[in-house]
Parts: sequence; structure tokens; C-alpha cells
Amino acid sequence: MFGNFDIDFVIFGVMPYVALAVLLVGSVARYERDPFTWKSSSSQLLRRRQLMWGSILFHVGVLTVFFGHLVGLFTPVWVLDVLGIPYWAKQWLAVLIGGPAGLAALIGGTLLLHRRLFDPRIRVNSSMFDILIMVLLWLQLAIGLLTITQSLQHMDGAEMVRFMNWAQSVVTLNINSWATLVDVNWLFKVHIFLGMIILMLFPFTRLVHILSGFAVPFRYLLGRSGYQIVRSRRRRTLDERRKAYDRVQGPRGPSASTPAEQGR
Amino acid sequence: MKVRAQIGKVLNLDKCIGCHTCSVTCKNVWTTREGVEYAWFNNVETKPGTGYPTDWENQKHWNGGWVRTASGKLQPKQGSKWRILANLFANPSMPVIDDYYEPFDFDYDHLKSAPDMQAFPTARPRSKITGERMEKIEKGPNWEEILGGEFAKRSADYNFDQVQKDIYGAYENTFMMYLPRLCEHCLNPTCSASCPSGAIYKREEDGIVLIDQEKCRGWRMCISGCPYKKVYYNWDTGKSEKCTFCYPRIESGQPTVCSETCVGRIRYLGVILYDADKIEAAASTERETDLYGAQLDVFLDPSDPEVIAAARRDGVPEEWIEAAKISPVWKMAMDWKVAFPLHPEYRTLPMVWYIPPLSPIQNAAQAGQIAMSDQMPDVRSLRIPVKYLANMLTAGDEEPIVHALERMSAMRLYMRALSVDGVRDEGIAARVGMSGRVIEDMYKIMAIADYEDRFAIPTAHREQDERAADIRGGCGFTDGNGCSSGEAGKTTLFGGKKKNFSLPQETF
Repeated sequence: MFGNFDIDFVIFGVMPYVALAVLLVGSVARYERDPFTWKSSSSQLLRRRQLMWGSILFHVGVLTVFFGHLVGLFTPVWVLDVLGIPYWAKQWLAVLIGGPAGLAALIGGTLLLHRRLFDPRIRVNSSMFDILIMVLLWLQLAIGLLTITQSLQHMDGAEMVRFMNWAQSVVTLNINSWATLVDVNWLFKVHIFLGMIILMLFPFTRLVHILSGFAVPFRYLLGRSGYQIVRSRRRRTLDERRKAYDRVQGPRGPSASTPAEQGR
Repeated sequence: MKVRAQIGKVLNLDKCIGCHTCSVTCKNVWTTREGVEYAWFNNVETKPGTGYPTDWENQKHWNGGWVRTASGKLQPKQGSKWRILANLFANPSMPVIDDYYEPFDFDYDHLKSAPDMQAFPTARPRSKITGERMEKIEKGPNWEEILGGEFAKRSADYNFDQVQKDIYGAYENTFMMYLPRLCEHCLNPTCSASCPSGAIYKREEDGIVLIDQEKCRGWRMCISGCPYKKVYYNWDTGKSEKCTFCYPRIESGQPTVCSETCVGRIRYLGVILYDADKIEAAASTERETDLYGAQLDVFLDPSDPEVIAAARRDGVPEEWIEAAKISPVWKMAMDWKVAFPLHPEYRTLPMVWYIPPLSPIQNAAQAGQIAMSDQMPDVRSLRIPVKYLANMLTAGDEEPIVHALERMSAMRLYMRALSVDGVRDEGIAARVGMSGRVIEDMYKIMAIADYEDRFAIPTAHREQDERAADIRGGCGFTDGNGCSSGEAGKTTLFGGKKKNFSLPQETF
């Protein structure tokens, strides 16, 4: 029965769905069951050295690369055609933006990894997962940068379109698309495999803070009109309380509102 | 008018003996856990000194509190919302643990397990973070205790602003006071304003500022936002923690642990009614020296029938209105004007207030070293410079401080006349704009300070707001969510058993 077993099928055909399922269910479960553990796990308090440069380079680089992949892989090919963007131009764009961003992330990641492994304060307070995920991310960045050497050998964009088609057929449940990736360079294969491993580890590590990070601008800038937050235990809102009071007190007795309020 | 109530607090520095009982009992109750060994929700500093964390008062360095922009709007000193978000990756204004101190313990076991040696065995310090030996302890929770360290370092104290401080380095001129500090439970807290997750909130019912541990994501903007540096990052759980004002005790009508155990009886707790609609305008007052007065205007007089009616209408319980009428905090802050907010210039409208200390006067006054004016010692020539106290309590405005110190020394003169000569000298009282009857009340509350006079705390009546059946069998107070110990990353796979726990709702 293992005669026609194909490792490419497992990795590019099955694993994406496993990874996405683990990512989704795991994250929801953690957010729902144990929100106390949902955090960025910052170690800035323990040591500032290497963090300012390391963290900023790493985060800015990695976010650029992340959104680059997201937009790059999941923009339907026909959109490029409609807009009249040649494939080679898109690939140059990807190399020129992704390259420096990836490099920045790798430099930042190196600083952070060095700090995590060799600073005694950070090391003792790192969990196994903290170190593992940092190592994986570092490897992923390094491999991702190495794939540029391959990309530069075929700058017509055809290879890139193959990856776009594969990524899009995964989300459109076209399960036979794994076959299109069988003959790509092994660097790409390792990069995709590691990426999916990272997605699967996501809910179980500090990576969950990424979701909060994406939510924060909406929450803080749009969801909150002023600066302050007041919470009440009382069952009725202030308006309801006031109305209830006015119903009873309104007809008789001293006015509940102040002269200042009546003047308004 | 939007009436809310807060349990306010006053600390009478005139009576603080710096025994640290408050700090120790607080620590034993709240922060003996890993990750917050370095955190003291309550600490007592010797002033003049740079304090804990070092130089916390200097907002040019730490960027805590608020600034008033050119257009008259308020924004956190560390930046607008956009600026704060841009700092998420690395917070430039956040202290590191060495600014507090590296927590340590001693190798006590070595004292009994040491082999036979020539030298006497000693218990050497070990870091509580790394477990490694610390060759030298550079800093501790109270490093400047009783003027420890050289004057050159201590005189970096921010409150020496515009004070000719050099003379206070001389032994004959030196002065000292204690400053117990805790979270101020501000009306306009910068910690909550800076929190991108919205985890920090003020409670409508009692004004206590808390951090929702389930919502905190460890972005640590609150730590740099708070100008008093009273939000602490727990490096073990990755969440921020702060003084809870012992809310489980307050809710049941008991004083906070620090207040309960204060042997000097310097701590007072009482209800203050305030107008929530006035907060923003008061905090954006243009001149810093006007902020103290602006905060007084936010407070509402609980004997005013209009205020009472408005309070009832807004749902302040009857008991709380009654408690506000006998609040010692109201008396000291509003009636007698002897209590002041700590650093009003941070624009947070703090709610833990301080009575400035008199400094040694009597003997020196008789020896002619201290100027007398109108048969009272001139408080401007006391050992502790008035300007120093003013920098601490009124943004540098000396008049209110002088006024308070005069009232306090008048109280002593009046009571001496009464107890030694048996004379009620209304003249003394009149000179400071008071009556003998008020001074005797002041004496009863500030000097005798009986338990019942210090604390007037109505209960929270949670039974009216929550279904008791729902919380039966719950986890009570835990650090995490429900019963979870929160050991994430040390991997319990989201195991926490969820209990039906009703957290307060946001009302903005």
C-alpha cells in the first residue's frame, strides 16, 4: 500500500489543511479556555540590551515579509492580468522588497536569538517553546533568503505563478494541486514545510500575540473613543438608573438634575 | 454632573515613622510570587532621595503622566495613541529591572551545610532571576533608607527643583522625611489610557483601578505610562500587575492591608464623591500650579442637597452617600486643606493624598534659631524647605503648603494651651482661619486617629449586582483566569476549568 505513497502529497496536499486546522482550532481554544496565557511574553524588563535594535528590526522585517507573502501568494493571477502587471515585474517587486525586509528580520532575529540563548536572565526564563520557535523562525528566514538565489535564476515569474496557483488552490480546496510543486527546488519545499510547522506551533507558543497585535490598532484607535475605560458592576446602565430615578422622583420633590444641567 | 464615588486615601506624613510595616504586610499578601519579587505595590522612600525605581519622579527621563498639547488637549507624555502603537516592539521609556533592583535571596542553607572550614560560613546573595551568585548587591527596595548613600547621588531628587540644595548636604542642615507610596488610583490614569488592549480600567463603584489579567497582552505601555511607576511587569507571567487597593477587603468594608497594619496610624480611607464630567477639563488646566485647585473642584460636597440628589439619581448607594459625609479624607482634603495630591503636575488627578510633615521646631524655636511670627513658628523656616514639599505636593506652589503647615502647628499650640493651661485659645485658631471646635476635631482625627475615625468604608453590596449562586464554588481571587495557574509555555494545554465569573462591564 506504500507503493505509490508520495511525500510531496503528504506535505503539499494534506499538511496545509492539518496546519490550518490546528492553527484555527488551537487558537480559538486557547483564547477561549486560557486567555491568561495569551501574551507577548516580553522580556524587555529583564534586559534592554539587544532588544531595541533586535526587536524592531525583526518585527518590521517579519511583518513586511508576512504581508508580502499574503498579498503575493493570494492575489489571483487574473488580477495581475487585468491590472496589466507583468509577472516578471511582480517577481522583481517581491525580491526587492522581500529581500531587504527578510535581511532586516534575519539580523534582528539573530540579535534576539543570541540574547535568548546567551543572556543568563533571558535563558533561564525561556520555555522550551520560546527557544524552539525562535530557532525555527531564524531558520525559516535564512532559508527564505536562500530561495532568492533560486528565484534570480528565473526572473520571468513563471515559478512564482506556480506557487501562487498552489496557494490559492489550497484555499479553494483543489486538493490535486500538490502535484504542481513536485519538481520545484528543495529550498522552496523546505521553506513551505517549515512554514506549515510554524503555523501548527502557533497556538501553543507566544506567537499568538501576533493576532492581538493585528487587533490592537482597531481596538485602540477605532474601538476606543477617548483614552479612559470605566467598568461597572451595576446591572443597569447610568441612563437606565437615571430614568428609573426620574420616574419615581420626577413628579415630586427636589429636581434630580442640577441647575447647571437644566441650563444646558 | 455625573456623580461617582471613590474610596480615597490620605497619608499623614507628619506621623510616618518609616517602619515599613505597610510595605511588608502588603508584600506578604500580594507579591511573594515569582516574577514580582522586585515589585512593591507599597514602598516607603526616604526623602530626599531618588526613590524606587531610581529617579521615578523625573518625567523628562521616564515620560510618564500626561502633557497638555498646544491646542489644550491632553495626551500621554509618552505619545499619542499612534506613537504608543509604534512602540509596541520595544518600549523606549520602560525601565529595566535594574532600575528597581535585581531581586535576591541569601544562601541560608550554606550556614548549616558548610563543611568544617577556617572561615566562618556566610550566606551569600543569589539572584532570584537567574539563580546565580551575585558578587555585589548594587541596589535594593529601599536603598536610600535613612539618607543612605552620598548626598551627591540623593540630591538628584526631582523635588530639589529651584531649591538651593547644596546647603542641605551639610550635616547641620540636613533634613529627612518618609514618603510611603502606592498606586494613586487616579481619576485620570495614564496607565489605562496607554493600554492598547484596554485591559486597565477604573471601577465605577469605588474608583479602584485594576488590570484585567485575562485581557493584558504584555504590551507594557502602562509601565511607562504611569508617572508613579506603580505598574509592575511580572516577568514570569508576562502580565502587568499593580496595587489592587485590596479590593476584596474594601468591598467588605475593611481597610486595605497597608492601612490596617499601619502602626503610626497615618492612613485614612473614606468616600469622596466626584463629578466624572469635570475630570478632563480639570486635568487639562493650563497652569500646573492650578491643577491642585482644579482637582478640588472635581470633588462634590456630600452635604449639598443637590449633590445628594444627583448622587442618588446616578445610582450611588445611600450608604455611600452617608459615608461620604463622615469621610476623613473629605475633611482633610476639603475642609481643613491639609492634604495634597502627590505630583499634581503629572495631570493624572491622583486619589492618594498626603499631609506634609512639620519638621523639628520646638526646641530650635525656643533657642531662637527659628523665626517666630505672630507667636507661631514661621513655617517657612522649618528644617524641610517649603519649596521642597511644594514641588512634591502642589507643583511648586508654596502658599497651600504654608497654609497647611500653619494649621498643623496651630493645632499643636492650641492643644498645648488646652491640655497644659486648660485654656481654649480661640485666638490661635482664628489666626489660621479655624475655630477651636474644628481644631479639636482635627486633633481627634489627625493626632488621636482612632480606628473608627480613620476608616469610613461602606460595603460594596456585590450581592445586589451578582448572582451568588453563580460564584459558588468559584476560585475566588486568583492571579490568572478562573482557576488557571497560567503556566503557559510551560505548557498546560489550555486546561483552566472555566467558572461562571462575572467581570464588570465596560461603560466608558
